[in-house]
Amino acid sequence: MTWTTTLGGHSYGFADLRELLAKATPARSGDVLAGVAAESAAERVAAQTVLADLPLAHFLDEAVVPYEDDDVTRLILDSHDAAAFAPVRSLTVGGFRDWLLSWEAHTTVLTDLAPGLTPEMVAAVSKLMRVGDLVAVGRKTRVVTGLRTTIGLEGRLATRLQPNHPTDDPVGITASLVDGLLHGAGDAVVGINPATDRPSTVRALLDLIDDARQRLGAPIQSCVLTHVTTTLELLEQGAPVDLVFQSVAGTQAANRGFGVTLDQLREAHAAASELHRGTVGNNVTYFETGQGSALSADAHHDVDEQTLEARAYAVCRAFDPLLVNTVVGFIGPEYLFDGKQILRAGLEDHLCGKLLGVPMGVDVCYTNHAEADADDTDTLLLTLGAAGCSFVITVPGGDDIMLNYQSLSFQDVLQVRQTLGLRPAPEFEAWLGSVGLLDDAGRVPQLVPEPIRALMG
Amino acid sequence: MSEVDPWDALRAATRARVGLGRAGDGLSTAENLRLAAAHAQARDAVHTALDADAIVAALGERAGPVVHSQAADRAEYLQRPDLGRRLAPGHGLEAGEDDLVIVISDGLSARAVQDHAVAVVDALLPRLEGWSVAPVVVAEQARVALGDEIAVALGGRMVLVLIGERPGMSSPDSLGAYLTFEPRPGRVDSERNCVSNIRPPDGLTYDGAAEILAALMTESFRLQLSGIGLKDTGAALPSGAG
Repeated sequence: MTWTTTLGGHSYGFADLRELLAKATPARSGDVLAGVAAESAAERVAAQTVLADLPLAHFLDEAVVPYEDDDVTRLILDSHDAAAFAPVRSLTVGGFRDWLLSWEAHTTVLTDLAPGLTPEMVAAVSKLMRVGDLVAVGRKTRVVTGLRTTIGLEGRLATRLQPNHPTDDPVGITASLVDGLLHGAGDAVVGINPATDRPSTVRALLDLIDDARQRLGAPIQSCVLTHVTTTLELLEQGAPVDLVFQSVAGTQAANRGFGVTLDQLREAHAAASELHRGTVGNNVTYFETGQGSALSADAHHDVDEQTLEARAYAVCRAFDPLLVNTVVGFIGPEYLFDGKQILRAGLEDHLCGKLLGVPMGVDVCYTNHAEADADDTDTLLLTLGAAGCSFVITVPGGDDIMLNYQSLSFQDVLQVRQTLGLRPAPEFEAWLGSVGLLDDAGRVPQLVPEPIRALMG
Repeated sequence: MSEVDPWDALRAATRARVGLGRAGDGLSTAENLRLAAAHAQARDAVHTALDADAIVAALGERAGPVVHSQAADRAEYLQRPDLGRRLAPGHGLEAGEDDLVIVISDGLSARAVQDHAVAVVDALLPRLEGWSVAPVVVAEQARVALGDEIAVALGGRMVLVLIGERPGMSSPDSLGAYLTFEPRPGRVDSERNCVSNIRPPDGLTYDGAAEILAALMTESFRLQLSGIGLKDTGAALPSGAG
């Protein structure tokens, strides 16, 4: 199928859905690198104009990555819920945008719709939205999950406490863990990126967090972000695995680049589910994603990076995750060049994940070779807070000394919680109050309660 | 009970930015300025050029040729990683039959390479008794995967790429080591093993890194693979290691 339109006296043609989506995508460096971006501003708007008139139902007939070649495409189409799709099946993409913004599309309606949407549909509609739309519709979505805390409730913003250390030193990690807890962080997860994939090290770190949890009586869940095969091995050894982690992407080939298959994820999901380590729920997986990951593995099939990112969420939702986050500014300036591109991508990712029914958080971050700074992370955090983002990542001072990039500080989140009136996850909030780390105004005082001090030995 | 300020105890335990001064919920002026200064230094580190002559001189008789990727300069390197993975023509590499090719690459921090790469080579080679190792190649404007093409040109069975990692605010000088068995263009990341954060005294030591690498490389040859099928099965690092 070929679509054509004229704009400003020029005629523009788009050969297939893949090209149409790519050229309709707001500008970003990764699509230029892949050679799929619109060649002019006018061509981009021409593509958006054609896309706005495309029926949503067309997305069920034309795959951007061939069904026969790709298990993510098969997962998307084989699990599509036609009944859930019915309320919007007669709409165009542009009509879908108007409907999402309408008063009729309230939270319950959007929750029921999620199984009827495909990643390509939500990616398409997000390409027609401005930042204000991404926030306004994001705020209406709600995906609630739980293990020892409940994630995604209205008026809450949770945090992953990320106490990474360049040599996985237990004392250094404990210091960052303590600092985070003293600032009210850690209600989404205490999640460590280990410096090595060595199973014995991963096990030691799991034991470290689990021991702290039990000593404090704190409702937290732990995760050491190692490859799923390592976690499977540790599960067999009886290690205290709360969450199975894996980086995933939107094509089978890109997941092969991560060394992971859907079958391995099924196996690990089943094994961790059987442990029943939760108290308020049994969501036992955690995934990270990011625009550009498929391209960086040369596994993008000439699809734009934002559409592929949305496809990654289809992988995530198949495994009932507790947490999913895009590592939006981590991958580098060749995929998202500057603060403006990172801001938009973070809000797109949040909305697309939530519309698909995924408990979406964002690592609000940048690397030192990108054109971005702390003003950009402040802006993204504030807009995500307004959009009802489930959780963000926090590290001491916003400076991750293991992964060498900047995320948010604990203080950044304290500030935005006060500015926007957001609170921690309810179970964690109650625990903070019980140890004196939350005052009547919901503020975290500068105290060091004895049980937390004792973790430092 | 100790009279020591508990925040001081935290600060002493890690280089992470713990126990920062607050103003209300946010950071104090002094902390904000410290963070801005660190970011400025990291930004500047990204754009520093590699002094390849100095690396060659330090390698002495172990030095091989200096090669370039197809990325012409830093600006192109940052926006076109594909060019950083391809070897510029006229490299002068000649095929041999070595077990190992070592490539020292600038990556995103020439400073890391300048400070640590030759010392890692010095620590590693004595642990590889009986191995034939090609003269060490120095590569400019290089990504990790450029090592695959270099190793193919040299006929090496394994490639070790020592490369500057992206600078962090507290670590503008972190070196990474990427190991690939039977390298060839098209290898994916899951087919490599990585030892990162080599930057004594704050990160891994040269001997610590060399010990892990030698064990991985030996096992890689035994199993005839690298990547996720190759696990580093040594003991967990003791507290305070490195």
